[in-house]
Amino acid sequence: MEDAPQFVAEPAAGFNRPLLLSAGRDRFGWALGHLGRAVLGLITGTSVLAVVLIFVFIVREAWPFFAQRSLAEAFGSTQWYPQAAAGQEQFGMLALIVGSLYVTAGALVLAVPLGILTAVVLSDIVPFGLRQAIKPVVELLAAIPSVAFGFFAVKVLAPFMQTHLGFTTGANILNSSLVLAVMAIPTIVSVAEDSLWAVGRDLREASFACGATRAETLVKVVIPAAHNGILAAIVLGMMRAIGETMLVWMASGNAAQIPSPWWDLSQSVRTMTATIAGEMGETPQGSIQRHALFAVGLILLVFSLGLNLLTETLLRRAKTGKGDRR
Amino acid sequence: MRTALKAALVVAVMVVLGAVGTAVAGEQAAIQIEGSTTVGPIADAFVEAFASSHPNVTMTVKKTGSGDGAAALIDGRCQIATMSRFMKPEEFAKAVANGVMPVAHAVAMDGVCVIVHPSNPVKGLTTQQVRDIYTGKLTNWSQLGGPDLPIVAISRDTSSGTYESFTHFVMGKDKMAQQVEYVNSNPQCHARVEATAGAVAYVGLGFVDDKVKALDINGVAPSRATIASGKYPMSRPLFLFTNGYPELGTPIFDFCTFHLTEKGQEIVEAKGFVALTAY
Repeated sequence: MEDAPQFVAEPAAGFNRPLLLSAGRDRFGWALGHLGRAVLGLITGTSVLAVVLIFVFIVREAWPFFAQRSLAEAFGSTQWYPQAAAGQEQFGMLALIVGSLYVTAGALVLAVPLGILTAVVLSDIVPFGLRQAIKPVVELLAAIPSVAFGFFAVKVLAPFMQTHLGFTTGANILNSSLVLAVMAIPTIVSVAEDSLWAVGRDLREASFACGATRAETLVKVVIPAAHNGILAAIVLGMMRAIGETMLVWMASGNAAQIPSPWWDLSQSVRTMTATIAGEMGETPQGSIQRHALFAVGLILLVFSLGLNLLTETLLRRAKTGKGDRR
Repeated sequence: MRTALKAALVVAVMVVLGAVGTAVAGEQAAIQIEGSTTVGPIADAFVEAFASSHPNVTMTVKKTGSGDGAAALIDGRCQIATMSRFMKPEEFAKAVANGVMPVAHAVAMDGVCVIVHPSNPVKGLTTQQVRDIYTGKLTNWSQLGGPDLPIVAISRDTSSGTYESFTHFVMGKDKMAQQVEYVNSNPQCHARVEATAGAVAYVGLGFVDDKVKALDINGVAPSRATIASGKYPMSRPLFLFTNGYPELGTPIFDFCTFHLTEKGQEIVEAKGFVALTAY
């Protein structure tokens, strides 16, 4: 504190002049300050605003459908006949929703264990040099366009399933789930591996110092420490699968039906995304079918929003749970 | 803040619209084409071919349906209406009352072929049998004298012109069964049938080759001759309608007679339709 006065000993020229601000300059300064804040706020708010605007727009376009048709029809019926003669159109979305759930669940069952195991192997088991070589290759998978995957599904996988597995149709749940899983794996591996990597050397070494083996360290220390990132990876993979359009449009067969019996994965289904992509192009503006397609889009949006919220709460609960255990 | 953004957006949109507006007004001629989703691909390809020979003409093709095309011609919203059917008497009456004289130009024949896997021994079907397959009444080829093999019925997506043709020829008011699969292009239809033993699908004549088998319908094999003559049951002419016969030498006249040129015929065939003129 003794040294402090030395720094303010010589005030800058004019520093001691009384503050004199004209009213105009004062207002200008006030306006400039607020403008600056508004611009900054606008920039940060753009992404939020985009989401809000998308939501508003979709709700506005979907609203006439829910106003003219009953919710019972949309969610209770599997009859999707948007092109039937005027007055006889049917917009039962149940089969589409179930179709989306089928292919997404199928993809996750395959992609989640494979993706997380790959991430664990890459971060903790293989030598560092090998990890540096393999990870970019896995991430390269994400760069392949989905049309290319779809082409593979139609031209290679579908005939293979018919000749070797005896399926009547090659475009089915199993086909699209398999290829979707391959498409979701890079996302899951990349995010999960990053979070495992971020656990750090100190925690691992502390565990080794306590006498834990590598396997024990991995299972009891590293994976629990990285579980937030792993959960996020799974959700991202799920989003990738449920939102994918081109591949399912080509590989799932697009039959608007609920498979019966329910475990028969050799039947073809139609997803919400494929329906929008396939039918939006030619529907006239303002027609009930267009509104119905926007309603499907709204359901899809609410789905992913719900998934996001669910993970947020799961993560929060997991965090507090960890705190209690400590 | 949000209102400020909205205002900025509105201004930006208005500037863009204004720019587009002046650009269109600067062109020497703009031709609006509207109507059938079936004729749409032909009109699109014709417009594309016109781009080099008629650089001053801008053409826009809208594909909403034959009825919309007729309505647009009657209201003067388009110069050429594309239609997959002839005009109905009431549409004619309305047109004449509006001072519009519809003139039909047949540009091509539309024939939808039912295709199956080459190994399938079934040679032909009736229209009724095809309808029963797609409504789900017939589910196994053994019901049609073929092997014991489930039928995999494949349809084009509901927004395609081929779907519209097929509905017109076969389905009528009947709905397709839920297990019918949908694909989004003629080549994909072909690929699925080529690879699936029990499959049946429908495509334009241009997409039939020796890798798939086209079935006889009501005993008539689909071919250029049977479709052009109308002997094949699933065939129909496709029309362009104009208000009066177009003045000779105008871009509209060139457009409506383009199907008579070699290039026009090539386009018609390439789109899977049958040219009217035998060559």
